Amino acid sequence: MLTFTLRRLLLAIPTLLAISLVIFLLVDLAPGSPMSEIPLTVPPDVRQRMIEALGADQPVIVRYVLWLRQFFWVEPATLFDGWFGTTWAEGEQRILSWQSRSPVFTIIGQRLPQTLTVIGTAYLVGILIALPIGIYSAYRQYSLFDQGGTLFAMIGFSVPTFFSGTLFIIIFAVWLGWFPTKYDTQLVVNDWDSFIKQIQQMALPVMTLGLANAAAISRYMRSSMLDNMGMDYVRTARAKGLSERTVVLKHVLRNSLIPVVTVIALGIPAIFGGAIITENLFGVNGIGAALIGAIHANDIPMVQTLAFIFAVLIVLFNLIADVLYGLLDPRIRYD
Amino acid sequence: MPDRAVPVLDVKGLKTVFRTRGGEIHAVNDVSFHLGKGELLGVVGESGSGKSVSMMSLIGLLPSPPADVRGGSVMLNGRDLLKISEDELRSVRGAKVGFVFQDPMTSLNPVFTLGNQIMEPLIKHMKMPKKAAEARAIELLELVGIPDAKNRLSAYPHQFSGGMRQRVMIAIALACDPDVLIADEPTTALDVTIQAQILELVKELRQKLGMAIIWITHDLGVIAGIADRVMVMYGGQVVEQAPVRELFANPQHPYTRALLKTIPAISGPREARLKVIEGQPPIMTAAPTACPFRDRCEYRFDTCDRVNPPRRAVDGAPVGQGHDVACHWSAPALAALSEVAHA
Ligand SMILES: Nc1ncnc2c1ncn2[C@@H]1O[C@H](COP(=O)(O)OP(=O)(O)OP(=O)(O)O)[C@@H](O)[C@H]1O
Ligand code: SF4
Ligand SMILES: [Mg+2]
Repeated sequence: MLTFTLRRLLLAIPTLLAISLVIFLLVDLAPGSPMSEIPLTVPPDVRQRMIEALGADQPVIVRYVLWLRQFFWVEPATLFDGWFGTTWAEGEQRILSWQSRSPVFTIIGQRLPQTLTVIGTAYLVGILIALPIGIYSAYRQYSLFDQGGTLFAMIGFSVPTFFSGTLFIIIFAVWLGWFPTKYDTQLVVNDWDSFIKQIQQMALPVMTLGLANAAAISRYMRSSMLDNMGMDYVRTARAKGLSERTVVLKHVLRNSLIPVVTVIALGIPAIFGGAIITENLFGVNGIGAALIGAIHANDIPMVQTLAFIFAVLIVLFNLIADVLYGLLDPRIRYD
Repeated sequence: MPDRAVPVLDVKGLKTVFRTRGGEIHAVNDVSFHLGKGELLGVVGESGSGKSVSMMSLIGLLPSPPADVRGGSVMLNGRDLLKISEDELRSVRGAKVGFVFQDPMTSLNPVFTLGNQIMEPLIKHMKMPKKAAEARAIELLELVGIPDAKNRLSAYPHQFSGGMRQRVMIAIALACDPDVLIADEPTTALDVTIQAQILELVKELRQKLGMAIIWITHDLGVIAGIADRVMVMYGGQVVEQAPVRELFANPQHPYTRALLKTIPAISGPREARLKVIEGQPPIMTAAPTACPFRDRCEYRFDTCDRVNPPRRAVDGAPVGQGHDVACHWSAPALAALSEVAHA
């Protein structure tokens, strides 16, 4: 397992380099200029100097190599310096956002917590709702509960978040007044009251996204359970006189979870990517909102960096999913 | 020899119906048999004759729906298994009645260790603490002839061959010292040498432990070597039942006779050695009102189409005790006709 993981990690390096080049070129070649936001009253020579100051006049390949160096050396070194007070990255140029002129990673550092709390919680809530629904639906296939679960999943699948989110706002914020309509990014949780406030303002975005997540995962869980329910080993477990509880929650569930855990792991990078629509709808100032803002402003370094981080996470969680599979299923041996 | 007169298991009028979208399937119709202490009852019949369904009906192993055990009684040591609660039935399954299935490759849970799976019934039924269960599991693995048992407890099923897995299945079935072991074609999925080894093992275990065994098989050759008594099934019914020697020497039912001819002879070209019975077994969409074998029977006559033949004694002993058959033809006439037919 260890050599497998190491081999896969090594293999990920050329993969990621190729992906980074593609991302860099794609974003770079897209039409639009970082200067389009600068008013036309700015004289051309000033405009030229501004472009030079950003490094935007360099040929694309130079900028690519520079960016690679910044991404893989300068930024980690800066982070390291921040932790241990060393000076590895002193005097080095960090990746700067063209829009705000501040380091891209500083912005990400500000935005990520919002995204992780809201979207991460939604994912967790989605899983916690989905697993019992999927398990019980499969155990009582075609029952009223199962049909209710199917309806729930269908709604979760087919209703877009901008609709369900708006609906939740109307019902729970406007009519019932239980939760605020907007997410307050400035809120600091330091006592019980602010904690309650935080929970309240998270409720609607978490419900919106949790519904969508739960729909997909509950279906996976259900079909995986059904696949296993008819297996011979289940009959063996019953023939041993084990209770239905043990048969289903031990024998069937343990097997059914293997593919579901993999799917859940593969879905985690999407949390970091944020949920653009939901973040916008509730005013959660997270990564999704940052990405949209950067795209609008032609903030090429920001878009490139975010897209590449996303690629790294996908590759990483693919590996994690494979490793988990190997750990959960004794039949899989990678070495 | 144990006292065979006291039945451990006494089944009367068992009826099992599957309710499917296409209507009902009467898989088991009025099956009655008994099993003496330490006795080995062979159950033969071709695919679809209702062997597995009858035996699984006994201990509530069929998923319901679609299965519906409609009637009869299953007395195990004086208690009717069809009348007790699901909870009580669970305390019988795996404790008093052990079950070994056909396919050892899929019958064990792939994600749990063998030790875990053997210990389950011990912990559940005998309330053994983990340490004791472990010791017993090792003992059981040794009993079924698995070497280095202590270290095998932590092995997973995929690390074992088919024959070894079937030994483990037998160990699980025997874990709580059951009164009855039901083996549903336990050797069909194995190759011939492994089959022989498993047969030897069961014979030996029977000597040692003295439990009663129901052995389901397609193979009359196997039955001849190990059974005390044989029950032949067709179309969800018992068509003939007799002590093993008697059945081979004096088969009564046309189906039994045909089956006996399908036993491969030792000599002769392979094709000729294996005779097959012409035709398909019936799918019973309703309770039978005529002989289920009539479409394939060479002795069929008008009564066969009107009346489902009841079991009747051949040798004077009460039905179920000695040799009985469910056929309208009387034996001498049948024998005579058969001689004419084969002259
Ligand atoms: N789940 C089910 N739904 C509907 N019908 C079934 C089901 N299981 C079994 N049957 C029917 O019951 C009949 C008897 O099946 P059974 O499995 O007992 O046969 P068998 O004698 O054990 O055959 P084999 O030698 O192939 O194991 C079959 O004809 C089949 O049509
Ligand atoms: S009852 Fe009739 S059809 Fe059935 S086996 Fe006997 S002779 Fe053949
Ligand atoms: Mg069968």
